[in-house]
Amino acid sequence: MPTEIEFALEDVRRVYAGRTVLDIPALEIRRGELLALVGPSGSGKSTLLRLLNGLEKPDTGRIGFRQQPDLGALPLATRRQITTVFQHPRLLDRSVEENVALGLRIRGVGRATARPRVRELLDELGLAAHARAPAPRLSAGERQRVALARSLAFDPAVLLLDEPTANLDPHNVSLLEERIRRERARRPLTVVLVTHNVFQARRLADRCALLLGGKLVEVGETQRFFETPLDARVTAFVRGEMVW
Amino acid sequence: MDTPGTLGAALLDAVILLASGDAALLAVLGRTLEVSLAALGIATAVGLPTGAVLGLARGLPARGTVRALIYTGMGLPPVVVGLFVYLLLSRAGPLGDLGWLFSVKAMVLAQTILSVPLVVGLTMAALEGVDPELGPQLAALGATPVQVARTTLREARSGVLAAIAAAFGAAISEVGAVMLVGGNIEGQTRVLTTAILLETRRGQFSLACALGLLLLALTFTLNFVLLRAGERRTLPRAD
Amino acid sequence: MIRHQRPTYPCWLLAGGVLLGAAACALAGDHDGRPVLRLATTTSTYDSGLLGAILPAFEKESGARVDVIAVGTGQALALGAAGDADVLLVHARDKEDAFLAAGHGTDRREVMYNDFIIVGPGDDPAGIRGMSSASSALAQIAKREAIFASRGDDSGTHSKELALWKAAGHAPPSNAGWYRSLGQGMGATLRYAGEARAYTLTDRGTWLSQREPLGGLEILVGGASMAENHDPSLINRYGVIPVNPLKNKAIRGKLAAHFARWITSPPTQAAIGAFGRDRFGQPLFLPALAPRAHD
Ligand SMILES: Nc1ncnc2c1ncn2[C@@H]1O[C@H](COP(=O)(O)OP(=O)(O)O)[C@@H](O)[C@H]1O
Ligand SMILES: [Mg+2]
Repeated sequence: MPTEIEFALEDVRRVYAGRTVLDIPALEIRRGELLALVGPSGSGKSTLLRLLNGLEKPDTGRIGFRQQPDLGALPLATRRQITTVFQHPRLLDRSVEENVALGLRIRGVGRATARPRVRELLDELGLAAHARAPAPRLSAGERQRVALARSLAFDPAVLLLDEPTANLDPHNVSLLEERIRRERARRPLTVVLVTHNVFQARRLADRCALLLGGKLVEVGETQRFFETPLDARVTAFVRGEMVW
Repeated sequence: MDTPGTLGAALLDAVILLASGDAALLAVLGRTLEVSLAALGIATAVGLPTGAVLGLARGLPARGTVRALIYTGMGLPPVVVGLFVYLLLSRAGPLGDLGWLFSVKAMVLAQTILSVPLVVGLTMAALEGVDPELGPQLAALGATPVQVARTTLREARSGVLAAIAAAFGAAISEVGAVMLVGGNIEGQTRVLTTAILLETRRGQFSLACALGLLLLALTFTLNFVLLRAGERRTLPRAD
Repeated sequence: MIRHQRPTYPCWLLAGGVLLGAAACALAGDHDGRPVLRLATTTSTYDSGLLGAILPAFEKESGARVDVIAVGTGQALALGAAGDADVLLVHARDKEDAFLAAGHGTDRREVMYNDFIIVGPGDDPAGIRGMSSASSALAQIAKREAIFASRGDDSGTHSKELALWKAAGHAPPSNAGWYRSLGQGMGATLRYAGEARAYTLTDRGTWLSQREPLGGLEILVGGASMAENHDPSLINRYGVIPVNPLKNKAIRGKLAAHFARWITSPPTQAAIGAFGRDRFGQPLFLPALAPRAHD
């Protein structure tokens, strides 16, 4: 069975103030895979995720999503199958419960109908005790778990993760990683994980990609990417050396 | 027929006046609420969405000009607005055929003109105070632009409620414009502020003070209710 | 399967309902079925309580509602000229004549009169107490440059003051140090005169109804009651003028004419003469029909 393609990028460029910060001639992201995107700060990782979520449009080129040639023209229901967990999630000044229910409420689901699903997620992520607490009072790790829960609540087909575990303690990191693994074991879910933690990439990813200065250096199966990289800059990066 | 400086007696008078359920007073109270709430309703219906669009559309062209216009509007001298509405609605004026001069409608019109810039400007400011990252994050959760606006408005609710409270306070305490365009007609267009002016003119200071205290009480009550509404959702909801 | 349903926001709905209700109420207008006669008049007739005392009889007789707009004489005449009022009750004879000459009104009838008095500080620095001519008193005030507070608001009282200055052989004074043009109503002007120890011209009705201690002000010219006022130029005549109904279709010409007849009819005239006797020991207005002390 041929692998189905989730995102197909063709000649995609993003320019900020006359500077090209992302330039990807071609990239395919497969349905159901977990692609880890590594690279130093400022290399364009977040920009790529914003394009994949349709929050911004590329200045040139096209991003196809499934059968649709243009991500920018997706019908609302299809667009709503893609979501992002950000490095610094902005939670609403409401209860934890209401924050987790937000995506469902946006989709027109009633408060009472949403409740069992919300409760289930809060239980799984160790947040049940905080259900009625105001979200702004949570710790960083708890906030990040709320952010993952609010994205999983509506069963998205694509989950974009932008350094979701940066600045978190090991306990919270493993909680989040475990929950993502469980979700992928349960159903087909395409994940693009931006991380600067090469160990995390190695633990979770099916494939890895290195982005440098807005350009893709190499994309490959995780094991091969780490053990026999084709590009010297990947070798250097996975060893934790300076790359540019 | 009493002297100024009877503030203590005024408080007592206010209580007695209210307790007596004086029909004329109740008519003035009712008209005051009717005019200021109607103006507030229209100003909110117009000003909230406008302020939301201006507060959220950060890249709008001519933003500075729009902002300067709104801030000017927030400081419009009420008596000038009153004069403008008066000339507009006079039978000799362009909208004279409406027959609105010296009616409740004229008062609502003047108050609305005064309140809309307040609602727009303060709503805009409240939304600009919200983290600019919130919008994209809501969009990433599947929110449409309208849903983003609504959720952001709710996030900025204390500022938005302050906008509404300020507009109400301005409307209910305004006297120059409503005097000019309403005419302070007993039982028709007399509101608390114009009644206070009349009683002061008549030398009835303690009655004027009593009416003033009523006005304060009314404003306080509405502000209190609005502030409570703003607080409510930050607290954990009880089952 | 998740069921989709519309979210509800009961408290916002309630608040919105209240505001919309108020708006609907306000926009629906205030129809009580009765035709409305709009009477533009000076503050003195309204603030003294005279109209409140006599108008119910007219409302009963005519089945109409009278909306009183109490403003300065200048604005009352302007309301008539613009066709924003149906009938006027004012006191500025020269301006009323000009108003009629310009075709703004149908006719003028004498309704009532009261008088003006000159009040000032009890120690009377200009020495005008007991003078029988108001214009000579003003000339004396100007000569001594004693402080004089003028309404300065284009009211009937202000017009009278200007006429008296003219009779005194003075150009209407500019805003010299001793001449203070306030742009205020009569009550406020009296209170200012009390504070500033100034002379001022006032109608007797306002003086009587504001009988609070006004910083030691006393009547210096005009006597303790209308009967004791010996200067005919201090007489203050109120006239009723129906607005020319040809100005616009909304003017209630017939009702205005009815009002003019009613207010000059013997029963109303008697009611005017009786008003204020119980409260002030003297009437505030004398009906035009009654025998007059002067003339
Ligand atoms: N809105 C923006 N305006 C201008 N420059 C931007 C904007 N967003 C990102 N950039 C620039 O684009 C480059 C890539 O940024 P980003 O995608 O955030 O990198 P990463 O997530 O890999 O750290 C950086 O140089 C950054 O400064
Ligand atoms: Mg980034």
